Amino acid sequence: MPDEKKLCLSTSGLTKVFGFGRQKTVAVDHVDIHFYEGEVASIVGESGSGKTTLAKMLLGLINPTEGEVYFQGRKRDISSQKKKKEYWKNIQAIFQDPYSSYNIFRNIDTVLLDCIHMRGGRHLPHAKKVEMMAEACGFVNLKFEELTKKYPFELSGGQMQRLMIARIFLLNPKILLADEPTSMIDACSRATILDMLMQLRKEVGMTVIFITHDIGLAYYVSDSVYIMERGKFVESGSADEVILHPKEAYTQRLISDVPKIYEEWDLSTV
Amino acid sequence: MSNVILEVRELTTKWVTRFKEDICAVDHVSLKVEEGKSLGIAGESGCGKSTLALSLMGYYFPPLHYMSGEIIIAGRNISRMDPDDIRKSILGREIAYIPQSAMNALNPTQKIIHFIEDVVQAHDPYQTKKEIYELARSCFETLGLPAGVLQKYPVELSGGMKQRTVIAISVILFPKVLIADEPSSALDVTSQKMVIKMLKNLMENGFIESLIFITHELPLLYNVTDDIMVMYAGQIVEKGTAKEVVFDPLHPYAKGLMGSIIVPEQGQRDVKLTAIPGVPPNLKNPPTGCRFAERCKYVRPECTLHSIPLRDVGVGRAYRCILSEKELREAYAKEADKNAR
Repeated sequence: MPDEKKLCLSTSGLTKVFGFGRQKTVAVDHVDIHFYEGEVASIVGESGSGKTTLAKMLLGLINPTEGEVYFQGRKRDISSQKKKKEYWKNIQAIFQDPYSSYNIFRNIDTVLLDCIHMRGGRHLPHAKKVEMMAEACGFVNLKFEELTKKYPFELSGGQMQRLMIARIFLLNPKILLADEPTSMIDACSRATILDMLMQLRKEVGMTVIFITHDIGLAYYVSDSVYIMERGKFVESGSADEVILHPKEAYTQRLISDVPKIYEEWDLSTV
Repeated sequence: MSNVILEVRELTTKWVTRFKEDICAVDHVSLKVEEGKSLGIAGESGCGKSTLALSLMGYYFPPLHYMSGEIIIAGRNISRMDPDDIRKSILGREIAYIPQSAMNALNPTQKIIHFIEDVVQAHDPYQTKKEIYELARSCFETLGLPAGVLQKYPVELSGGMKQRTVIAISVILFPKVLIADEPSSALDVTSQKMVIKMLKNLMENGFIESLIFITHELPLLYNVTDDIMVMYAGQIVEKGTAKEVVFDPLHPYAKGLMGSIIVPEQGQRDVKLTAIPGVPPNLKNPPTGCRFAERCKYVRPECTLHSIPLRDVGVGRAYRCILSEKELREAYAKEADKNAR
């Protein structure tokens, strides 16, 4: 971690309310977060605790009902499409379901070329672009020669998710928001994906916001952990502090829900 | 003395693709499940776990085809039975199956109780609706599901609840063996725990006699099942008790799987995750020798020459590798030593 912490993304009183009147659901309730540059922060909570809604607000995909998002200390402005695109150069996401993250009509070359173009590489010679794409694929242990002219649906789930990371590598955003990136792929590819996210952080200095329901993953990857329950943060702090010495009953429950191998797994608590 | 409920001998099944290519996703698999025991099947995506689950039911439909081997369930050989007979007398009563996407298995236009009526009446047309309701209610209550669920539509239930409902429906005819194919992979950890608790309850309350649990999460298997079988590219590469396979894996692939485990326990943060590089071989034309050879750290030239038999070591313990137990253990010890330094 860098010595001096520079604020990268923060929010104040961020709230999202769905519906109104009697059917009002407060999905995210006055949340204040402070993500620093180069750190890996996890947001952990069970299904329906508002993790994804929060992520969508941070990405600017949905508008918050109340509250503000600050990017690098300044208020985020995404009032026009152009400004939104500018913002998305800084923040990118990997979603849960790799199968629905791609446009099935566009092959892998175009997916990766788009990223190069977005970074202002439209005028580069083609050979240079291919070299960049090959480098990005190499970063995630894929072979560009095998992928070229293929379509995303020809890949396995783990490969798709890795290609998503290759995109991120090309785009080189300030912040990567990973919304349950490993929940739909098997344990073996999961280790690879997590390793790559860590590498992105180490080599590029990216801030990674990791959203998950599995507190074990959060413990493994993150510097700081935020525990979310019903739209509110109930506990936050460094990973060791929160997970090894949880204070809230909710955090303790989340930890007890993960299957253990070295300790007894208590099934009676559900 | 425990008696064998399900025995499979050298079962081989294949998928036939559109281009008439054969893909042997289950290749000479033998297994035994005893009464009151549970068997876990581990492996990464595409290793044939789910195909094995489908094949075990003896109910083949194109593009899945039966090739050879025997499936004996409670003394009956079902491997060459007529599909219609299997559907009527075996499925649901002897062997039940929970598919991977069980949450989508419920008809959205029907209440849960109608679904149960359908299931029960297909096997026993003379049961009245009242009897079925009573049966369903007692079954749901024993399993810790509120009886109110019966009168609901699937959309009114949460993901975890739907999954548990599907499990309850699948055991309503008291099958001998239940095959659960990744029942919890789409759920969050809290619902997952409820599903696991329910599966354990099933055995304790005598709804089922044995359980076959398929997943890629080794910590889960370790907590649920008595024995674990590791599959790779359609073959069994290792089997043994849960404790043996998790803490003392022999086959390099099983060892690799162990390296990808993440648990939130003291000291686990510093453990380096070791992913297995590469991808599983294409089963269209599998390699002649060891199927794991090209991803294996300890590969030798003779590995790729001819197919490797499953080596028996001790009771119920076996692995498929050219190296001896001693050589493997030495190699792992050396590896661990290197990492420690």
